[in-house]
Amino acid sequence: MNVLNFINAFFSDSAHWQGYDGIPTRLGEHVQYTLEALAIAAAIGLPVGLVTGHYGRGGNALALIAVAGRALPTFGLLVLMTLSLGFGLINVMIPLVVLAVPPILVTTYEAMRSVDPAPVDAARGMGMHDVEVLFRVELPVALPLILGGLRSAAIQIVSTATIAAYVSLGGLGRYIVDGLYQRNYEKVVGGAALVALMALATLAVFWGITRLTVSRGVLRSN
Amino acid sequence: MDGFFDIPSDLQHSWLGLVGLHVREAMLPVLAGLLISLPLAQLCVRFRWLYPPVLWVTTVLYAIPSLAFFVVLIDYTGQTELTVMIPLTVYTLVILVPAIVDGVRSVPQETIAAATAMGFGPVRRYVQVQLPIAVPAIIAGLRVATVSSISLVSVGALIGNQGALGNLVNDANIYNRPELAVNAVITMAALAILADGLLVVVRMLLTPWMPSGARARRAERPEPEVAAR
Repeated sequence: MNVLNFINAFFSDSAHWQGYDGIPTRLGEHVQYTLEALAIAAAIGLPVGLVTGHYGRGGNALALIAVAGRALPTFGLLVLMTLSLGFGLINVMIPLVVLAVPPILVTTYEAMRSVDPAPVDAARGMGMHDVEVLFRVELPVALPLILGGLRSAAIQIVSTATIAAYVSLGGLGRYIVDGLYQRNYEKVVGGAALVALMALATLAVFWGITRLTVSRGVLRSN
Repeated sequence: MDGFFDIPSDLQHSWLGLVGLHVREAMLPVLAGLLISLPLAQLCVRFRWLYPPVLWVTTVLYAIPSLAFFVVLIDYTGQTELTVMIPLTVYTLVILVPAIVDGVRSVPQETIAAATAMGFGPVRRYVQVQLPIAVPAIIAGLRVATVSSISLVSVGALIGNQGALGNLVNDANIYNRPELAVNAVITMAALAILADGLLVVVRMLLTPWMPSGARARRAERPEPEVAAR
């Protein structure tokens, strides 16, 4: 396998493990971009999704926003931002957030809507008010699906943050873009492997979060 | 804006040519994905044990970033359209397979029993009863797959002129002509919204028994990406 040889050559070259262009630096940048974009997207998507899902209103508006958000091409948006605003991290954050908000928003809404109405009615009958119903009944039951939306958003951010390198920022995309220009295929494939590994690690992290935060009863019933 | 439609000659296409190229590069993978996921999903419905591993494999494949996927394929398929279309096909599977499986499974047992009682064999029952009832779920999946496919084609520009309208973005950067990027972003967004709207129309045509509008949306399964990714 050609690709495996490239990967092996890339990772065994000690020059790739140190300095400003070393794997630790680039990985750190990539993790930083991902966490920042995910935090901003979650701060927008989660509250809106929870509240609209709780009251069951605005589903059509959310669907429209989601389609519009998905329709905007991330790569085009990134270059456009950079051409109009100049160099900077915010140019990367805006397209990544636009990419990540729709899955978070839509899944959170749908997760809240898919909660069985019977326990919600029971909770109200026991005298819980809106906020309690939302956080103590609906949220725990909807949590697996909500985490699924966050996971989907996180993976898309990890994959797409590679194009930050195209507008001269860092991250793991640096290896892919530089490697392509330098016709250094070993570097390109090594970078690609690193991004794929990070995406898989993201899957694993979310699997762990699900196991830790979702209550046993909810996990079993799924 | 000046020079909005002055497409640089290195792209070797007119604006309409780029649009056609983009539609082809984005839609062929969705079509191929549908053709693969229909039988695959049917197998998953028939043999329940098959579904979790299929979901895992597609999810893991989906986690491979598009740029990385393109780059690795260059070694095998060269810098061609195929290099862009293969990953896009793979990505649609993770959306379409669960959408079809959930759709087909959501057909009530009574309905299937009624069809059997009327003398429908398994094939006829699948084609004439289960599949039509699953149409809303399948179309919901196709909508997500189509829109993201249209957006992802543009990343192909990074592996050497295979991104259709994405190449226009690339040229906007090279020649420092922001209006070209504006053109590309607007065109791609319009294409995506148009394709999405067309699929909604197709759903309404295929499911004449369903009420349109708000109540039809409720009848849809939750967005397929919920279960999928």
